[in-house]
Amino acid sequence: MLLAKIVGTVVATRKDPRLESQKLLVVRPVDPSGKIDGGFLVAVDTVDAGVGETVLVVSGSSARMASGMKDCPVDAAIVGIVDHVEVTG
Amino acid sequence: MQVGRVIGDVVATRKDEALTGVKLLVVQPLDPERQPVGRAIVAADAAGAGAGEEVFFVRGREASFPFYPAEPPIDAAIVGIVDDWSTEGARP
Repeated sequence: MLLAKIVGTVVATRKDPRLESQKLLVVRPVDPSGKIDGGFLVAVDTVDAGVGETVLVVSGSSARMASGMKDCPVDAAIVGIVDHVEVTG
Repeated sequence: MQVGRVIGDVVATRKDEALTGVKLLVVQPLDPERQPVGRAIVAADAAGAGAGEEVFFVRGREASFPFYPAEPPIDAAIVGIVDDWSTEGARP
């Protein structure tokens, strides 16, 4: 999974029927210290996250195992809101 | 599978129900010289690993297999703790 920060939302009227009523957010991967590290991606939100929060993003076919995503055409899903990352090693 | 070092852990209270009880660790992939390579990822722990340990992890859909019959939404899982590894003869 990736750590990512939510930086925006996506509104799409015409889309695959399985994506109807799904919230789509724009996220940017971050490193464990919270610094932005990489480009942008669109992820479907399954935990009611919001802009500015650090979240856990699961990618690839595993994204379809997120709650309510079975058989949906998604390859990135937000599956957790990160309280904090403890860097110890 | 890839070799990496556990460098931390992630605390998330609000998460997918299937992730409840799954330990999430931050893993830094390593190159053959044990130097960090690429972006640190978050992996579910299926081997009882801890901070500072060298581990190997699997990526993709298969990452959820250690948790069968549960199917948590994860794309990386630690499946072994490395005792020792060497790359003698593996480099040009």
